[in-house]
Amino acid sequence: IFWFNYRHVANTLSVYRSVKRLGIPDSHIVLMLADDMACNYRNPKPATVFSHKNMELNVYGDDVEVDYRGYEVTVENFLRVLTGRLPPSTPRSKRLLSDDRSNILIYLTGHGGNGFLKFQDSEEISNMELADAFEQMWQKRRYNELLFIIDTCQGASMYERFYSPNLMALASSQVGEDSLSVSHTFFTCLFQFKVCPQSQCVSTPGHRTDLFQRDPGSVLITDFFGSVRKVEITKDTINLTSPVEPPIKRSGSGDIQIESLTYVDQLPVAEIIHQKPKQKDWHPPDGFILGLWTLILLVFFQTYGIKHLKHIF
Amino acid sequence: DSDPVGFDSLDLNERRGRSTDAELDRRDGTRTSEALTPAAAARDEFQEELVIRPLHSGDIYASFQFRTLWDTDFLQEGQKVSHYRLFPKSLGQVLSKFSVRELHISFTQGFWRTMQWGQPFIPSPPGAELWVWFHDTVSDVDGNWKELTNVLSGIFCASLNFIDLTNTVQPSASFKPLGLGNATDHRFLRYATLPREIVCTENLTPWKKLLPCGSKAGLAVLLKSEKLFHSSFHSQAVHIRPVCQDEQCTSKAWELRQTLNVVFDLYTAGQGKKEWSLFKMFSRTLTEACPLATSSKVYVDITDNPELFELSPATPLLSQAVVLGDRRTYSVFDLTRAETFGQLRSLNLLLRWKGDGEMLRPLLHAERYVAGFGLQTGEIHTVIYNNHPYRAFPVLLMDSVPWYLQLYIHTLTVTSKSRDNKPSYIHYQPAKDRHRPHLLEMLIQLPPHSMTEVTVQFERALLKWTEYTPDPNHGFYVGSSVVSALVPSMVAMNTNFTQDQPLFSSFVPVKEESSYFVRVYTEPLLVNLPTPDFSMPYNVICLTCTVVAVGYGSFYNLLTRTFQVDEPSLPLAKRLANLIRRIRGVPLLT
Repeated sequence: IFWFNYRHVANTLSVYRSVKRLGIPDSHIVLMLADDMACNYRNPKPATVFSHKNMELNVYGDDVEVDYRGYEVTVENFLRVLTGRLPPSTPRSKRLLSDDRSNILIYLTGHGGNGFLKFQDSEEISNMELADAFEQMWQKRRYNELLFIIDTCQGASMYERFYSPNLMALASSQVGEDSLSVSHTFFTCLFQFKVCPQSQCVSTPGHRTDLFQRDPGSVLITDFFGSVRKVEITKDTINLTSPVEPPIKRSGSGDIQIESLTYVDQLPVAEIIHQKPKQKDWHPPDGFILGLWTLILLVFFQTYGIKHLKHIF
Repeated sequence: DSDPVGFDSLDLNERRGRSTDAELDRRDGTRTSEALTPAAAARDEFQEELVIRPLHSGDIYASFQFRTLWDTDFLQEGQKVSHYRLFPKSLGQVLSKFSVRELHISFTQGFWRTMQWGQPFIPSPPGAELWVWFHDTVSDVDGNWKELTNVLSGIFCASLNFIDLTNTVQPSASFKPLGLGNATDHRFLRYATLPREIVCTENLTPWKKLLPCGSKAGLAVLLKSEKLFHSSFHSQAVHIRPVCQDEQCTSKAWELRQTLNVVFDLYTAGQGKKEWSLFKMFSRTLTEACPLATSSKVYVDITDNPELFELSPATPLLSQAVVLGDRRTYSVFDLTRAETFGQLRSLNLLLRWKGDGEMLRPLLHAERYVAGFGLQTGEIHTVIYNNHPYRAFPVLLMDSVPWYLQLYIHTLTVTSKSRDNKPSYIHYQPAKDRHRPHLLEMLIQLPPHSMTEVTVQFERALLKWTEYTPDPNHGFYVGSSVVSALVPSMVAMNTNFTQDQPLFSSFVPVKEESSYFVRVYTEPLLVNLPTPDFSMPYNVICLTCTVVAVGYGSFYNLLTRTFQVDEPSLPLAKRLANLIRRIRGVPLLT
């Protein structure tokens, strides 16, 4: 938990808020926050995260749903979410359930360097890994168009290696520059992708649109986020199945002997004291025991010889 | 996923006539008979209540309970439950898929201070706690447990997927089912706790979505996260169990209880003035009851009135209940009645402190701490206090210690009043490295008015470098110990199960009049394990490479480098001439 990463959490949450305001529901958003800022004991206003020092907008809000938090935010989990290779028991809210008609926005913020982004201060994701993950997504038809925004120091290096089609990338700083993400957040919040002049933004934002099929100037943001649904039109009438029969309650008649149910004793002292030891499941003997017995038998037969066996049995 | 039912007008007719408090009349007056809608699905019913207990230090304790009762059988063969009304669908599907008999999950921020606040209605340890009883038809309990924790982590936005076999235990005598049932084979019980788990708005949001009215009507409008988390203690829990459907107890019904306990601190939230109101606590007032609820009440504990505080608006409705071994008197505000809200159509309770009082000392109290120095060994001390002046009673202490604190059970000592106290039952399951934690359960008889100390020594293990968390110097958590006891009660407890009992007094089933069941959680421990220096490999590589490059490189150069005289380069004219000479085959110029 590093308190100076507060601004990264605030950035992520302001993008989350903007996306929700555009109408995307929580089931379509995977939010990963590596540090808990809102309910940290150092936060003088619990359950709030502000993106600006005049504290006018609480970006944490009352209805946030964080899917990956704390130690779950690792490079492995991030790549698994992108490529969809998650264990079968992963709940739906933690999966990226996209198909070949979905447009995806990926926003990453944190500390980074030339060609990498830090996760949890102990591991990094490199630009090559990210490019390969996007290629896997393209091969598996997991996206239609993808917008990648990165807000770290030297962020432009992260999209240098992309090679899959239909990708557009934006970064808050070029290679060799540090990003003071405060001003970038403010501009992203207004959701205007104008190029920010050097005087206001301290760092120069970069972008890469060569892999994008359409002309970026003609793509509306709301159009990008609206998805095209698979619709099947039919002119035949369809009969809906009959409603489910409600379970027939067996009325308590006098003939059937119904015993009254009871609650269990919470601390049955006498029963506990006289508890028989549990039947332990039988396990085959451990390797150590087997080895020990083999040694004993070997020594025995070594000393006494096999021919004496008949005297024993 | 589970959307709450909208307020459709059919609800008024569909409400079944269950017996509620005798002192109240039903608002609509119509009592629907059993034969009205024979094709209706199983009946379900929703009740909500809020109990406000002012504490002697000036803090205030608010406890919300939302209960949904549903007469259905999830596990009936051949019947698939598909019509959900008040009971949330996400939980219903979880129960039927994993054959769950009982489920208890709680998320807590803060630690319950028993000595200052008394006993809570629903105890819970810091962090997340999950214990589940499975049905005896389940063949692979561990597999079901693993999948259940993953599904619940998605429902509650918590990292419950960190629960695996290394922090799950199978208690042999603690955590008996709180619901109906006969057989208690502990092979079907699993218990796990995550002391590190953080509770924040993202856990409250899905919890509120499980309520029938959501957070739009009834008592749930008070649940605003900015105020709830600015408190000394916040705990939200979900308890699902089978209960008696009626007083004869011939059939079962599923009960879902969502409880939220919060203690507001006088100085951080109250600004020091000993005065509390609903608006000050929750930044909202109550305007209506949830239309889907059959009963919606606010209870204020006025047992210590009028010396302690003054309550306004006054209400004539009073109720007495025996809870936690004491007879308490409550002022009742019934939200289903329109006159509760007065002229302004809103209810804002105001409590003004008048004097100080002495709180009754709780009879059972426990503490835990780590003793010792250094990063190799240590000692865990658990201290249990019995404050009853003349009665002794037994307690069941359950300790679950992770495998990286290697306990030496031969050093286990239990002393009361500086004499050895031999437990009448000990169950110990040693840990297996990276597979299983330690489990120690003991039944100890506590002498009256005494302090019992349980000590055990341990050694800290060195983990593999990949097993450390990103911030290993913070330390590693050890979950709270659980002390379960039947404490002698000063007042006769009510063993009859009646339908009109308030929710807070009917959580734990009462079997005998002279004692009540209580569960006390100790503090979790934070121990430092010997942590390697993670920057060491990088530093070593840098240093070694520098030494090799500078030292060995220079040495190698000195030995193997030869010097040659290099001729100065010729001017351009001479180079051209040399080129022509080479073609001609004539010796070159110098």
